[in-house]
Amino acid sequence: MAEVTVHGVSRFFGSHAALQDVSIDFPDGGFYGLLGPSGSGKTTLLRMIAGFDFPDAGAIAIGGEDVAALPVQRRRIGMVFQNYALFPNMSVFDNIAFGLSVRGVARKETRDRVEKAVDLVQLSGLGARRPHQLSGGQRQRVALARAIVTRPQVLLLDEPLSALDKSLRVGMQIELKRIQREVGITTIFVTHDQEEALTMSDRIGILRDGRLEQEGPPAEIYDNPASEFAATFLGDANIFRGTVDGNTIHLADGTCLHCREALPPGTRAACAVRPERIMIRSTAGPVEAAAMNSLPARITKRIFAGNSITYLLNWQGETLKAFAQNTGTTPFDEGAAVTLHWAVESTIPLS
Amino acid sequence: MRLFPRFLNGAGQLYVGLVLAFLYLPIFIMVLMSFNASPFYQLPIDWSAGWYTALAGNSQLIAATWNSVTIALTTTAIATLLGTAASLALYRYRFRGKKLLQALLFPPIAIPWLITGTAMLIFFFAVGIGRGLHAILLGHVALALPYVIVVVSARLQTFAPELEEAARSLGASQWQVTRRVTLPWIAPGVIAGALFAFAVSFDQFVVSYFLSTPGQTTLPVEIYAAIRKGFTPEINAVSTIIIVLSMTLMLLTARYFRFGGEK
Repeated sequence: MAEVTVHGVSRFFGSHAALQDVSIDFPDGGFYGLLGPSGSGKTTLLRMIAGFDFPDAGAIAIGGEDVAALPVQRRRIGMVFQNYALFPNMSVFDNIAFGLSVRGVARKETRDRVEKAVDLVQLSGLGARRPHQLSGGQRQRVALARAIVTRPQVLLLDEPLSALDKSLRVGMQIELKRIQREVGITTIFVTHDQEEALTMSDRIGILRDGRLEQEGPPAEIYDNPASEFAATFLGDANIFRGTVDGNTIHLADGTCLHCREALPPGTRAACAVRPERIMIRSTAGPVEAAAMNSLPARITKRIFAGNSITYLLNWQGETLKAFAQNTGTTPFDEGAAVTLHWAVESTIPLS
Repeated sequence: MRLFPRFLNGAGQLYVGLVLAFLYLPIFIMVLMSFNASPFYQLPIDWSAGWYTALAGNSQLIAATWNSVTIALTTTAIATLLGTAASLALYRYRFRGKKLLQALLFPPIAIPWLITGTAMLIFFFAVGIGRGLHAILLGHVALALPYVIVVVSARLQTFAPELEEAARSLGASQWQVTRRVTLPWIAPGVIAGALFAFAVSFDQFVVSYFLSTPGQTTLPVEIYAAIRKGFTPEINAVSTIIIVLSMTLMLLTARYFRFGGEK
């Protein structure tokens, strides 16, 4: 086990900066989610930690040791690829044993360690199969067992769940997390799926255009997004723009929204409100208590999803979003004029 | 619905039958005549193994056969090794002039052997390599190399580069990656390439003819010389032996490797 530190790393492809001055500490034994849209540089960063690519500037250290001069095969990493990259000419057993066999581990020890890894990923009895005889979920487990059987210092996961279908994916998320906890290995996980990043990671780093946008524990980032990008990429958010006056943002139509913290005065700024924090009341309903923001809006679309209902609303020609739990009350009709209420505490100022 | 496919089926079978007949009838007749005691192709066949005994005494033809076999096997070994290595390099690395190099691999396949042979003869004389078995070997390797590279590269196109990355991430050295992951995948291509190399060398007449010295030559050149002097059915006998050997080799290879597909 080891911590991984990335310090001031940049990588250019021609004149295009794939990564620019990125510094992240990946804590020892932690599960770190690198989240970003495609082209944000998250895979480039992972490949540089693995040693498949090298930074043009900055340094990468694994377990305190600078790895600039270490080729992939000497970095003691385990990696799970997007398409698993199982060796098609080898059985499941030989795939998992590969990393031990190239290191010259004795046959008996190999068998014991492979068996342990197979038990850990719950794949017993499939050792003789070939990769093409396995289901997607089973291949995923083989790839994981193969990556951890060598007891690497760090486990790198490159969108390992993206090839699985939805129901299998949720199951594997829980599995992956369980296995990571049991082994206690430092894990870096690349994904573009915000839900996956939220549910699995201890820490999340959001990358955008090769820069680290924001970093922290999932709940902290979700509740305190620093920018509009962070607010909309990690979860849903309604964004309101206006002019700042202390804690208040004056919107174009004259409405005042109170934020939970002050913003630099006089500037144009924005605030974000999560859709699940918004309460919808019929306009005729009782007026809410103080410390609330409110806006009149019209419901344009109601999307029923079983346990919840998503409302799309029209306010001043802009589309807003609000989630409501399906608590059994009569849902609002499309076209209804309503008032939206939310707490000042839920109004997040963005820089 | 039934009539059309059936008509096609009949025509198709006839077509296949004709192709096979054109391919195999001459060979079949040659094999038959190698067992005919009459040197003038008289029928009915007077069964005899006499030409094979005569062949056993024809030291010139036997020497030429051994030359051909040795050169073909050596060519196969060298061209397959170099060609596979070159294909891997072209697959793995980017370097200056790579596109040009790849483009230049194809023309030698299209240039008539007569021209390549003349060019080699002139060049070998100019640089002092001269003629002889060593010159034939050199020429054959040069002829076979593009075939191996083209066939192995085609197979490598189906290889997923993540497999090599996965192997390296698991601690494998470059050599271990190649031997245990890449080579097993491209093996059918390497075998096919080797067969091409063998065929190019073993069938080679033109280039061998230019580069051989009178005493030391290969089988095709020797057969040609023998026919010019006057045809003897010993040629049928030696041809029959070679047909049997090469067909066995091909069938065995086809049995173990489905070309283009997985093992």
